[in-house]
Amino acid sequence: MPDVLMQYQAEIWQAIGETFIMVGFSILAAILVGLPVGTFLFLCRKDQLLENQLVFSSLNLLVNIIRSFPFLLLVIFLIPFTRFIIGTAFGTAAATVPLTIIAIAHYSRLVEQSLLDIPKGVLEAAVSMGASIKNIIFKFLFVEARSGLVLGLTTSTISFISYSTIMGVVGGGGIGDFAIRYGYQQFRTDLMMYMIVIMVILVQFIQFTGITIATKIDKR
Amino acid sequence: MIHLQNVSKRFGDFQAIKSVSIDIDQGEVFGIIGASGAGKSTLLRLINLLEMPDQGKVHVGGQDLTKLTSKKLRQARQSIAMIFQHYNLLGNKTVYDNVAVPLELAKISKQERQNRVLESLQFVGLAHLKDQYPAQLSGGQKQRVAIARALAIQPQVLLCDEPTSSLDPNTTAEILNVLKSINERLGVTIVVVSHEMEVIKSICRRVSVMSDGEVFDTVTIEPTGIRTIDHSAKGFVERLTKDGDSNHA
Repeated sequence: MPDVLMQYQAEIWQAIGETFIMVGFSILAAILVGLPVGTFLFLCRKDQLLENQLVFSSLNLLVNIIRSFPFLLLVIFLIPFTRFIIGTAFGTAAATVPLTIIAIAHYSRLVEQSLLDIPKGVLEAAVSMGASIKNIIFKFLFVEARSGLVLGLTTSTISFISYSTIMGVVGGGGIGDFAIRYGYQQFRTDLMMYMIVIMVILVQFIQFTGITIATKIDKR
Repeated sequence: MIHLQNVSKRFGDFQAIKSVSIDIDQGEVFGIIGASGAGKSTLLRLINLLEMPDQGKVHVGGQDLTKLTSKKLRQARQSIAMIFQHYNLLGNKTVYDNVAVPLELAKISKQERQNRVLESLQFVGLAHLKDQYPAQLSGGQKQRVAIARALAIQPQVLLCDEPTSSLDPNTTAEILNVLKSINERLGVTIVVVSHEMEVIKSICRRVSVMSDGEVFDTVTIEPTGIRTIDHSAKGFVERLTKDGDSNHA
C-alpha cells in the first residue's frame, strides 16, 4: 500500500465509516419513507385508485421543490431544522438530516416512475379479484415493479454518495470531505486521487450489484 | 343472476352507456356484441363495478353492488371472476402463483390453496406448466392461466372481456371449449363480450347487440358449436386453392 495511505489510515477508515453512516441512513430513509411516499404519489394520480388532485399536486410540488434545491443550499437552508431535530447542526448525525430529506424526495420520484410502467390491466385484474389497496400494493404493484424499484434504489444510492461528499460544510465528514481537506487543501493531489479511486470502486460495486439483482428478479 | 337496471355511464362529454337494462339468468352463456366504441366493454365493467354507474342499479346474485360498503364489494367481487383480452397476469409470478393470488386474497389456507390451484390448472390442461413464468407461454396458454386464476375462487359468474381477440382461430377454439366446459360442468354463468361474430355465435344462447351505448336488440340463438380450423400447411393449401366457407383464417 502506498505510504500516504498508510500514513492517513486511521483518518481514511473514519472517513469511509462516516460515508457509510450518511449513505446508510439515506438508503434507510429512501426505503422506509420514500417508497411509501412514491407509492402514495402514484396512487393519487389521475385515474388511479386513490385519485386525489389536491393531494397529488401538493405532494408532487413538494418533491419537486426539494429536488430543485442545489443540494449545498438545501443543507444550509435546513440548518435551523437540523438543529431542532438533532440539537446541533454540526457533525455526522446532523449531516444525515438533509441527506434523508433529499433521499426521500429522490427515491419517491423513482418509485412513482417504476410503478407507472406497470400495465394498467394488471391493476384492473387486481380490483376485479376484490383486492384491497394494501393487497394491491404488496401483491401486485411491488411484485410487478420490483426490478424497477431495485434499479431506482441503485441510482438513488449512487446519488446519495455524491451528495454525502459535500457534507464537510457542516462537519459531516466522509470520504469526499477527507479528499478535499487532506488532498486538495493540503496539496496532496495523490491522496485526493486515491479517494476518488475508492469512490469509483464503491459506485461500480453498487451499480453491478443493483443490476445483477434487478435482472435476476425480473421474470417479465 | 345478473340484473342491470337503467344503468348509465358517462366519461367526460362522452355518454358511454345510455340507460341500459339487462337480465342474465343463472347458468347461461350470454353474449354482448357490437362495434368498437359501442359500449360493450363498459357494460361488462359495470357488472363488477370496475366502472361505477352514474345512475341505475347493478344486482349480482341478489345483492345491489352499488349499495355495498367497499369491504362487502370486495367480497362480492370474489365470486365474480373476470378474464381480459390481454390476460393481465403477473409477469413476476409463476403460473402456480398467479392462480394462487385470488385464493390468498380470500385468505384460504395454504393446503386448500394448493389443492384448488392444481385442480384449476388441471381443468385448463396446464398443470405441467405450473413453474413457468407467463413470458414463457403462448397467448392461448396465458389466457388459460387467466381462466384457471378466475376458476380457482369457484366464482358464480365469469366475465370475459374480448377473451379471444388476441388469439389465432385455433387457439380461439381451444379457449371457447374451455369456457363452454366451465359453463356445462361447473354451472358458472358466463358473460362474453366480443366483436367477433364467430365467437359469440359459437357458444352464446342469448346475445345483446350494442350500438351507441344502447342495447339495440337482444336475440336468442342456437349456438353453432365451436369450429376448429385446419392450420396444417396442407389445410392452408387446400383452402387457398378451393373456394370454401371457412375463408376467414
